Amino acid sequence: MAMSDTGITRPAAQQAGMPMLHKIIFLVLLVFLAVLPFMVYPVFAMKLMCFALFAAAFNLLLGFGGLLSFGHAAFFGSASYVAAHAAKVWGLTPELAVLSGTVAAAILGLAIGALAIRRQGIYFAMVTLAFAQMVYFVALQAQFTGGEDGIQSVPRGDLFGLISLRDNVSLYFFVLAVTFGGVLMLYRIVHSPFGQVLKAIRENEPRAISLGYNVNRYKLMVFTLSATFAGLAGATKSQVFQLASLTDVHWTMSGEVVLMTLLGGMGTIFGPLVGAAIIVTMQNYLATFGAWVTVIQGVIFVIGVMLFREGIVGVIARWIKRPL
Amino acid sequence: MFELLGIPPQALLGQLLLGLINGSFYAVLSLGLAVIFGLLNIINFAHGALYMMGAFVAWMLLNYAGIGYWPALILAPLIVGVFGIVLERLMLSRLYHLDHLYGLLLTFGLALIIQGLFRNYYGISGLPYRIPDALSGGYNLGFMFLPKYRGWVVVASLVVCFGTWFMIEKTRLGAYLRAATENPVLVGAFGVNVPLMIMLTYGFGVALAGFAGVLAAPIYSVNPNMGADLIIVVFAVVVIGGMGSIMGAILTGYFLGLIEGLTRVFYPEGSAVVIFVIMAIVLLFKPEGLFGRAA
Repeated sequence: MAMSDTGITRPAAQQAGMPMLHKIIFLVLLVFLAVLPFMVYPVFAMKLMCFALFAAAFNLLLGFGGLLSFGHAAFFGSASYVAAHAAKVWGLTPELAVLSGTVAAAILGLAIGALAIRRQGIYFAMVTLAFAQMVYFVALQAQFTGGEDGIQSVPRGDLFGLISLRDNVSLYFFVLAVTFGGVLMLYRIVHSPFGQVLKAIRENEPRAISLGYNVNRYKLMVFTLSATFAGLAGATKSQVFQLASLTDVHWTMSGEVVLMTLLGGMGTIFGPLVGAAIIVTMQNYLATFGAWVTVIQGVIFVIGVMLFREGIVGVIARWIKRPL
Repeated sequence: MFELLGIPPQALLGQLLLGLINGSFYAVLSLGLAVIFGLLNIINFAHGALYMMGAFVAWMLLNYAGIGYWPALILAPLIVGVFGIVLERLMLSRLYHLDHLYGLLLTFGLALIIQGLFRNYYGISGLPYRIPDALSGGYNLGFMFLPKYRGWVVVASLVVCFGTWFMIEKTRLGAYLRAATENPVLVGAFGVNVPLMIMLTYGFGVALAGFAGVLAAPIYSVNPNMGADLIIVVFAVVVIGGMGSIMGAILTGYFLGLIEGLTRVFYPEGSAVVIFVIMAIVLLFKPEGLFGRAA
């Protein structure tokens, strides 16, 4: 998806690492998140952070890799199932449960990615959607996923076997560390030489090939990385809600993460976080309206595509003439 | 009676018929997607929602206006087609200069809106639609029982599919259409109104979805979610066939329906995923699709 870089490049600041503006935003965000559980219901805040990481992981693929996956629920959901299973049946500690879920998503991402990158553009989107539906059917029929019931009442356990995560506030800080760390790692990936090659491929694939880059290897790598972080988000979410269910692998979940990224601003660092915050908050307050939530999401999709393709953060970045 | 691998022939033929009926819907829907894709270069994500709308329009015509199945078979696709043309004029036509993925995102949003609205007003339990009198009952073929309506679905879908194929491949209008697929600017320079053609093509493509919806109404219950899961399978069908050829889309649809039916006989647990597995195999060995052109 062609997104020209409208921001002013500042070589000096880039050489010194993270631009000052981004440092300030991350710091403010961290302070805000540190006091958030004392202001709102911690489980809601944790859900918000998990989806923010999910959207950021998806944005790595769409915004920076230029690949539209319509099947990211497969990674989010399968990690959620594996982590829930690991904590409940294998009795693993929370960090190991989350890790096993993430590894499962990475392997699945590698397998689906290797097939999906054989097609481009619209076909790529359809292929990822179809494979995700296959994962959904497997989750529906397999023994360990619990079919329609999902995996319920997953125990929360002790971090490293030492620190109890049974109360919401201590779990909150575990989730904060995981998701914030995940977002920072994604930031690092985007601003690495690898990230620069991705941008080159996104803007002009034939040219990247002619420069000698093995484009398919880069695509597979970014797909796997994106799936891995989506899995990290899903695995963490299963520990928060103590539940892994079919909702996590359904195509509506894949659609939601596309919507979050589109609304916040694809190809921006902070856009997916903002988009996730808005959509999750909206779902929370409109939950009583039933199917109207779907209609509203559809309307946001249509408005976003027709009038607002840069997304919220994209527009702000254009106003202040700085990449965000 | 002879048995094949321990499967009674009635069960085998019954599942094959069911497969052929599913295949009929795959064929009509993937044909519509292929026609739209050929000229507009977008994948119509709302195709499943418009198929559902076709079924609902037929139900509404019957219950609110007393209009029966046969007129609905013409009217419902027309109504869905006009609705599609409105969507194309108001929204899709403004996105042609952008990356084609935006068309996919837009139609996904439209699908959510349409499905959400029908869910709000009609719930998800499904509404019954009676088989028309002329097609109720069935024939005893000696080796199996063939319900008339199911036979009719297969015949009707074959007629529509091959009619569309004939129109696109063998008539003058179809020649313009194929030319515009190759080079819209040049065809425009010859005085053909290409935007009008694009609009009508989209309308025709979604009318096919509406037609499939009316056909489906008496078989499956009329349900707001009936198109959502079906369309994902149809996407896999389209990836397997490749959208380069009209005939390819039709044949792949019927073929995969039959394969799915066979799987249901020999390995029932695999029937939900067999099409996706075939898609994976095709991606490995012939990524452009069975009938696709290398892209």
